Amino acid sequence: MTSYRHHPERIAALVQDDRVHRDLYLSDEIFALEQEHLFANTWVYLGHASQVSEPGDFVTQDVAGRPLLMVRQPDGAVHVMYNRCAHKGTQLVTDECGNTGRFFRCPYHAWTYKLDGAPLGLPLKNGYEGTQLKACESGQGLSVVKHVKVYRDFVFVRLSDSGPSFEDYFGEVLGAIDNMVDRSPEGKLTVGGGVLRNIVHCNWKMYLENINDTVHPMSTHESATKAAEALWEGRAPTDPKPMAMEQMLPFGSGYEFFDKMGGRVFANGHSVLGVNFSIHSNYAQLPEYEAAMRAAHGEERAAEILQRSPQNSVFYPSLSVKGSPQAIRVIRPLAANRTLIEAWSFRATGAPALLFERVMSYNRLVFSPMSVVAHDDVHLFESIQQGLRAGGNEWVSLHRNYDPAELAQETITTNGTNELLMRNQFRAWAKSMAAGMEAAA
Amino acid sequence: MNGDPRDFAAHEAALLDERRLDDWLALFAEDGHYWVPLLGAAQADPFSHNSLAYEDRLLLQLRVDRLKNPRAHSQHPASHSQHVLQPSRIEHESAGEVRLRTPFIYIEARGESQVLLAGTARHHLVRASRGWSIREKRIDLLDAARALPAIQLFI
Repeated sequence: MTSYRHHPERIAALVQDDRVHRDLYLSDEIFALEQEHLFANTWVYLGHASQVSEPGDFVTQDVAGRPLLMVRQPDGAVHVMYNRCAHKGTQLVTDECGNTGRFFRCPYHAWTYKLDGAPLGLPLKNGYEGTQLKACESGQGLSVVKHVKVYRDFVFVRLSDSGPSFEDYFGEVLGAIDNMVDRSPEGKLTVGGGVLRNIVHCNWKMYLENINDTVHPMSTHESATKAAEALWEGRAPTDPKPMAMEQMLPFGSGYEFFDKMGGRVFANGHSVLGVNFSIHSNYAQLPEYEAAMRAAHGEERAAEILQRSPQNSVFYPSLSVKGSPQAIRVIRPLAANRTLIEAWSFRATGAPALLFERVMSYNRLVFSPMSVVAHDDVHLFESIQQGLRAGGNEWVSLHRNYDPAELAQETITTNGTNELLMRNQFRAWAKSMAAGMEAAA
Repeated sequence: MNGDPRDFAAHEAALLDERRLDDWLALFAEDGHYWVPLLGAAQADPFSHNSLAYEDRLLLQLRVDRLKNPRAHSQHPASHSQHVLQPSRIEHESAGEVRLRTPFIYIEARGESQVLLAGTARHHLVRASRGWSIREKRIDLLDAARALPAIQLFI
């Protein structure tokens, strides 16, 4: 395989206007360069502030191979630090989450740190007199991630010092987070019910592309939707559907449905699929909840929030949001051919318990390792990862509805089956890789 | 299956491993559930916390029907399972019902890959006209919350 390090022009050549090269998915070197540049240069989702509700609460999370620590401060702020003792490099905490009390204490030599990472104390202090410890990095306490943005309790980080501001990077797509948070009449979400964690043996970009792919459900999910349809056949349209059926049956919708749902792309790889309607649009109405929403947000805004339930909103490169049901997926790349997918559920404060039941049911049916729907997706991703190794054709087609005019525009609204939503991701990929490599040069 | 209820778990697992899924499904009571909590043995109920699976008969039927469909792409090649069980112990017994506890190792093999899971199956059985029926089969995995690859059959 070609070498890409020190050759940004070779990386740029992997993304053409209407197709991409297989090395994007297969190359270990490209993966290493993505970890160094793309994931440092973009705003990556770390976690939700409700995971650390009390002072001293922490969550550990690797981002782009770097172990990070998200911590609630005594003043209520959320800080992010590198999970590395300033002394020898020990991880200060190795649990996924917990409460550290008033300070962190390294388990190796008992160096201690305040919750914001400032140095607190160390044993045998006299031994450091006359040394340079205080002046060097190891004397400064924990390294802090400087670029942290808590947007309506969604915590994002940018590891690189250069790169776009949070608002410039995400722009209008932030409306998808607003939509989900405002589904709480009190404007507050908390994570609930734990996280479903899947290991998929494919490249992370493939998973993210599929979030924007509406042509696959009819063929990929045929076994699940045909089974659901057969079980439901003969029932009157007025028969109340069990929640699982309400959630499963729309996967069997035809090409026209998915085409008409519409999509929109934004600068930097973000997109919204289902700008007109989606497979989530016809969940049972809840009159009392809707009344509470109107009381909280006003008639017009409440209608806007509740009528808008896109299929997926992609916050490139790490997060996919479903306003209804209140679910997110987080894409955590582990290797060129291995990706961790997390599915989180949210409780909306002031909303009926049924909404939480709905998101737990959806995540269980669709995003659990024991899902009924996802097995066929996962099999196909893993199949692509193998299939791309075949010779003869080194390119992946993204031609559907390609129009050269799209190259000059940033925000475009289009039909739901247009592969523009994927082309847009790869254009952003090339841009972020190039920016990172130039900054590093 | 009218004999010793302690034989039930082995019989049920054998139906799964032989892929006699219709016979397996017929073991469930009308209100029966299959439950794999995300917190394993620590989980109190399937409503306040999510589960890897929580399925009633309708969903179990859907799953079984799906597996029979030739377009169940993920079953090319097909998955096979092997349950390795410790002897079942009776946790509780009263008129017409019994609760069993059966530690196990479960292997799901497909092509070149294998998934290995360990845990304890807990059966809540009720006496029916034809023998014992499953009101709930609960599977407490050793580490249910860890990141898992696809588990396609029934633990």
